[in-house]
Amino acid sequence: MTDEISPDLFEHLVDLAAFAFDPEEAEYLRRELNNQLKAIHQLENVPLADDVPLASHGVTYTAETRAGLRPDNWAPCENPDEILAQAPQVENRYIIVPDIPHTKLD
Amino acid sequence: MTLMDQSAFITAQKVKAGERSAVEVLESALERIAVVDGRPGSLDYGELTDEDKAKVHAFITLTADRARQQAEAVDAKVRAGEAVGPLAGVPLSVKDIFTVKGMPSTAASRILATFTAPYTATAVQRLEAAGAINLGKVNLDEFTYGSSSESSAFQPSPRNPWDTSRVPGGSSGGSTASVAAGEALLSLGTDTAGSIRQPAAFCGVVGVKPTYGRVSRYGLIAFGSSLDCPGPVAANVRDAALMLGAMAGADPHDSTAAKVPVPDYLASLEQGVQGMRIGLSPDYMKITFPDAETGELVEQDLPEEIKAATLHAAEVLARLGAEIVEDVPMPHTAYGIPAYFVISRVEAASNLHRYDGVKYGYRTQSDYHDLNEMYRKTRAEGFGLQPKLRILMGMYVSAAQYAEQYYARALRVRSLLRSDFDAAFDPAGAYKLDALLTPTTPTTAFKMADVYGDSVLMQYADQLTVPANHAGIPGLSLPGGIASDGLPIGVQFLAPDFAEETLFRAGQAFETATAAEAWRKIKPEVLR
Repeated sequence: MTDEISPDLFEHLVDLAAFAFDPEEAEYLRRELNNQLKAIHQLENVPLADDVPLASHGVTYTAETRAGLRPDNWAPCENPDEILAQAPQVENRYIIVPDIPHTKLD
Repeated sequence: MTLMDQSAFITAQKVKAGERSAVEVLESALERIAVVDGRPGSLDYGELTDEDKAKVHAFITLTADRARQQAEAVDAKVRAGEAVGPLAGVPLSVKDIFTVKGMPSTAASRILATFTAPYTATAVQRLEAAGAINLGKVNLDEFTYGSSSESSAFQPSPRNPWDTSRVPGGSSGGSTASVAAGEALLSLGTDTAGSIRQPAAFCGVVGVKPTYGRVSRYGLIAFGSSLDCPGPVAANVRDAALMLGAMAGADPHDSTAAKVPVPDYLASLEQGVQGMRIGLSPDYMKITFPDAETGELVEQDLPEEIKAATLHAAEVLARLGAEIVEDVPMPHTAYGIPAYFVISRVEAASNLHRYDGVKYGYRTQSDYHDLNEMYRKTRAEGFGLQPKLRILMGMYVSAAQYAEQYYARALRVRSLLRSDFDAAFDPAGAYKLDALLTPTTPTTAFKMADVYGDSVLMQYADQLTVPANHAGIPGLSLPGGIASDGLPIGVQFLAPDFAEETLFRAGQAFETATAAEAWRKIKPEVLR
């Protein structure tokens, strides 16, 4: 049985996900992905009539149960310094990141 | 017998009446933790010793000083004759997937190991406001991704108090282990595919997955946002009902927290099951899983002991006046895990993209030249294998060219899983059930390391619990017996949306009626 996620496709996914793996890790992850896909393919055995809707949630929200939107009121953050202190690199209250590479789009 | 061998309900009554102080109860909890828990989970854990293998390791962060301040505040109120909440003085542990202001909130992941939350989750805030004494954070599978708690980056991972060579289940394994070992009287967990009910069954305690929207998710570090449910872990049904009542209800911070009134669960607890229609389904008496070689589905009956415990519960409930309805069809049960493999991964991938080493959490300590390299190294070093698997699968099945084939199909199958329950609970339908009674898990707790690494087999541990997450309905697992291997067996009640009262009534009736049965006298190994 051919693996659905080939080594090339796996590398593409890894790049999109912004990961980097050693060969052993990569082999484990690719094998598990392919095994999970075997289970996922069982969904093809389920007869689906055209009127079966997509369910983004199990429980239906009604006008009575839906919380509704909060008023869009501005309120100051209570502890901005505490939140900034969580960032790995901060200078003069700016969060610092390394150079952002630029790609020229054709 | 210590103060930690009493129920949360009785403890709160005694603290409120001034018969016991919250500080005394807390000291009893800390003593128990000192005896049974061993070293807390950490990133730099070294070799496991024989002593480690005999301990529970429920906790990552124990906040004894903070807990003492809370206990002293409760006692001061009692002395002053001021009102205290329904959980006054009750020691609580919190799964480390909830934020608590000023406390490390790690999700059991290296990527959040240094994160100190700047705000408190609504569920935690409400429990503390009700008088619960927060002991600290308990361990879990990394970002809740697993069914054994072994994938935590913080090792030693929790062990089953009934047999420390076994897993406690997961992902709320630290929660259920802490309650089973009497380290906490209550614990706050989360259930995305069975992560409260499965470890509750493995550890011989009560676990409740409330209706989706019954409890606010504000401050819950998200896994599958359409599936995640915070819920109680307790030693008995009354305590679970007490805890849910204290934390349920609408929340302006979470638009999915439903505007549905919270009933007084304790008021109806003793109403019994007379006239209640409780269903049994053959679709919950077997497991279906893909053959590792061919990928074809293989069907297998559940172990006899697991089936027998469920049938015993049905007999007990029938004697109490419930009408047992057999052969209720739940035809899509076997597709719960395949649909979950898609839906949960898409939601997990979306939620995990926020961890990038910029705003909070871990950033790689090695050299990097630009932002992309920093992202790659941070995420590769910060995430364990299970989050990586979920991100990769989530991206694959939701990619534009595959989304219809995988994601849309899974969401439509989710509709069918929901329709199984709608048909069973329809008051005008053929079955008119008040509740469905099923086994909670296909097996008792498995050996540490036996399943870990096989992500497919691990996921199928949730086969009997995950349909309720797809459907959003509430479920409760409670002890139903002890197997010949000496480990607890769980039985599960499932009920219609927001019918947690029904679960508590049925659970309480079963618990009371079986109180004198021999298996209930058996204690977890670490307490013998």
